[in-house]
Amino acid sequence: MNCKGVIREISNYLDGELELSVRQELERHLEHCDDCRMTVDQTRLTVEIFCDEEPVELPADVKSRLHDALQRKIKSKTN
Amino acid sequence: MLSAAIMEKKVNVRPPVGPREPLSAPNPHRLPSRVAREDEHLLVAAAKRGDAAAFEELVSRYEGKIFRLTMNITRNREDAEDAMQDAFLKSYSHLKDFQEDSRFYTWLVRIAANEALMRLRKRRPNQFSLDEPIEGEDDLMPLQLEDWGPSPEQRFAQTEMRTILNSVIDTLEPDFRVVFVLRDIEELSTEETARALGISIPAVKSRLLRARLKLRQKLNHYFRQGTTN
Repeated sequence: MNCKGVIREISNYLDGELELSVRQELERHLEHCDDCRMTVDQTRLTVEIFCDEEPVELPADVKSRLHDALQRKIKSKTN
Repeated sequence: MLSAAIMEKKVNVRPPVGPREPLSAPNPHRLPSRVAREDEHLLVAAAKRGDAAAFEELVSRYEGKIFRLTMNITRNREDAEDAMQDAFLKSYSHLKDFQEDSRFYTWLVRIAANEALMRLRKRRPNQFSLDEPIEGEDDLMPLQLEDWGPSPEQRFAQTEMRTILNSVIDTLEPDFRVVFVLRDIEELSTEETARALGISIPAVKSRLLRARLKLRQKLNHYFRQGTTN
């Protein structure tokens, strides 16, 4: 596998979706290609950082409007 | 009341943060969802039977995540709020149609993503089309490769980091951003993402690959060693 092949398969590799033989081929390439290893590691870290992002606290005014609208909906459904 | 009993039973499902895996080891990042609490189906069942408090508990539980989702897709606060509100109201109206063949949260994410996409299309009709053919592979190769050093994200305070993530995701083209948000932030599967967006699985994979590579490229500006901004 060459560098282009590694880049094409990065997502599948990080998601654990590569067939064993392809994964082994990719890892053999990573053993001797510093650039591809760096790209794989940095792409993985990129995903991890976004994945770990905490949900935002809903601003008080947005929360209040949401729950008011919900109350109206619930009331209209039960009436 | 059932919903009150469920609400008392809070379960912390966030997995403990362990040491990072050795670099380049096979390490599928996808983890069991952090949001699906074990009592979700009980709340849904109670809400379906007309227990409004149970539905309100579901809303309280997911409002922050759904607002983050609609903000990430629309990048506009007014649209994000409208999309979030309509998503919760529609999910309440159509709760009886929810078949429970997936998690309630996944179903809610699909509704919210569609509401957000509708507003994005309205606001940027010429900039957003998931139907466009996938481009070739010439653009995939990384342009800049520089050492980030160990744990580069820890060089930034939490608020600073959030600003950085917001600014880099903002620059991503909407059709890549939407796929990245659903797959990597909301943790939908490839199939669920394809279904939610009405595109093929290869299209999801192609856009996700490009989104991840583009975000890596943009983070390089902040993370490369010796950078302090």
